[in-house]
Amino acid sequence: MTAEPIVHVRGARRRYGTFEAVRGVDLDVHRGELVALLGTNGAGKTSFVELVEGLAPADGGTVRVLGRDPYRERRQVVGSLGIMLQSAGFSGDLTVAETARTWAGTLTRARPPADVLGAVGLDHRADVRVASLSGGEKRRLDLALATMGDPEVLFLDEPTTGLDPESRRATWGLVQGMLDAGTTVLLTTHYLEEAEQLADRIAIMKAGRVVRSGSVADVVATEPAVVELVVRNDGGRQVTPTAADLPALAGVVGTPDVDRTGRVRLRTTRLQDDLFTLLQWADARHLRLDDLDARSASLEQAFLALDAAPGDTDDGTRTRAEEAAA
Amino acid sequence: MSTVPTSATPVARRRPAPAAGGRGSVRRVSALARAELQLLVRNRTALFNALALPPMTVGLFATIGGIGDEAAATTGAVLLNLLTFMALAFVVYYNLTVAFVARREELVLKRYLVGECSRAEILTGTAVPAVAVALAQTVLGIVAVSVFLEPPAFVNPLLMVVAVLGGALMLTVLAGATSGLSRTVESAQLTTLPLLIVAIPFAGLFGGPGATTGVLGTIGTFTPLRPITDLMLLGAGGLDGEGQVLSFAETFGAAVVPVAVLAAWTALGVLACRRWMRWEPRR
Repeated sequence: MTAEPIVHVRGARRRYGTFEAVRGVDLDVHRGELVALLGTNGAGKTSFVELVEGLAPADGGTVRVLGRDPYRERRQVVGSLGIMLQSAGFSGDLTVAETARTWAGTLTRARPPADVLGAVGLDHRADVRVASLSGGEKRRLDLALATMGDPEVLFLDEPTTGLDPESRRATWGLVQGMLDAGTTVLLTTHYLEEAEQLADRIAIMKAGRVVRSGSVADVVATEPAVVELVVRNDGGRQVTPTAADLPALAGVVGTPDVDRTGRVRLRTTRLQDDLFTLLQWADARHLRLDDLDARSASLEQAFLALDAAPGDTDDGTRTRAEEAAA
Repeated sequence: MSTVPTSATPVARRRPAPAAGGRGSVRRVSALARAELQLLVRNRTALFNALALPPMTVGLFATIGGIGDEAAATTGAVLLNLLTFMALAFVVYYNLTVAFVARREELVLKRYLVGECSRAEILTGTAVPAVAVALAQTVLGIVAVSVFLEPPAFVNPLLMVVAVLGGALMLTVLAGATSGLSRTVESAQLTTLPLLIVAIPFAGLFGGPGATTGVLGTIGTFTPLRPITDLMLLGAGGLDGEGQVLSFAETFGAAVVPVAVLAAWTALGVLACRRWMRWEPRR
């Protein structure tokens, strides 16, 4: 079966006065897929997601959800959406069960409130006033309401912020269950582990643009791996090599760095080849490589590198090219 | 990935849109109204305003006198009007303004908006308990004046219905507009004052000639709360502004101006509500 993406965005823009929070974002989310939108605070994630949720009109570009304009044709799509905002409140004087029942009453099709509360682990708190819930419990009640209508498309804006590790895992389990059942999910998060755990694809936003997108492996692959080592001679004495002493490495990025303690740190795009060269080099010279640490880039490393990268004025074209490649 | 994106292929498994009117709307409004009623019952201040304040006001005026001077049949109509008026002013206008501010500040209005409810449904659902209380007060008031006093003639009950329901609608949209001008629940005590303090003296609450004649009387005719009184007194007692008792047929002619004033303030209220009511806290 071929199908138009469930969420289809091209060149979306959003302005607040003279400040442009979303500057030409392209994004597709296909049926049954989870796309995680990453970015630091102020990157424009929430401003962008609100366009897709149909809570605000785009100042430019095209936004389609289930083939419709989520803002202008909101009534036609809203019954198929589940939305968990970063900040939406509750009436503190209602109990958990009353809150769930009220929400169920507003939905075209609602799962039984008790089942949904059970799924987020709040069934034992059903008769407690919402004002007495902890922050994490309120967040789980939020998730319960967002999923109550059995939505085709679920938008989760930082769903696990403020949750303890156990509740976070439970939330991941719940979201995974919905993915397995065919729900399409667009998630924003600060937690890279969350994206690694759940996302089929990620998109990293910076200053209102998507600066990188693809699978976690794709994004990480753009970052060089790191090799660290300390060199000792066959007498066990530490040797501090200069960059010129080291062998020529095929994938090395920049010049190897030697710190005060003599520890060598180098970055390479060809980890296996360069590691092999290094081992051969040491073997031929009867050197020992102590504290040898060779690792592929992590998502965190890729994320931090992107965030630290200066200037992103050319990103519009780069993003589009990458989308086409993906 | 197995699916190849192609353009303009319709998406399968489309669910019906929420019904714009009719059953879906009634269901959504009922759900919100039920929650709002539970909140009213749990808020002592609001509950006192709703249940005790209007009858106490009537009791106060009945005791200190100034109302019983008219004919006995008139007294019933005047007291009944006072009860309905207080219920509309305090239960519908004041309490609802506070409720809208509270729901907005606790980000509940924002939550409702991301769901399937329209703005009109959210307004209506929040207003239903307050309007129901005002209606119940009126019905109990009718029973009370009929049992304890000489019953009013109930010359034109239709006008009483217009007074209560039309007044409730007008005050609901005005409450929505006023809530937008109130930053906090506390400041709603101030923002509701202009309507309550300025309009009440012009409302012609105590009927009879004098209160409603002259230049002030003419001005008063066009103030927002006045049509409630005019229509209630016309409907319950057949009393016009000069204190004449009219027949059923004559009350319709006398009702034209109050109904027009009520409709005009309701229309203004809708515009003001659209312009000023806010659905999430100011950042």
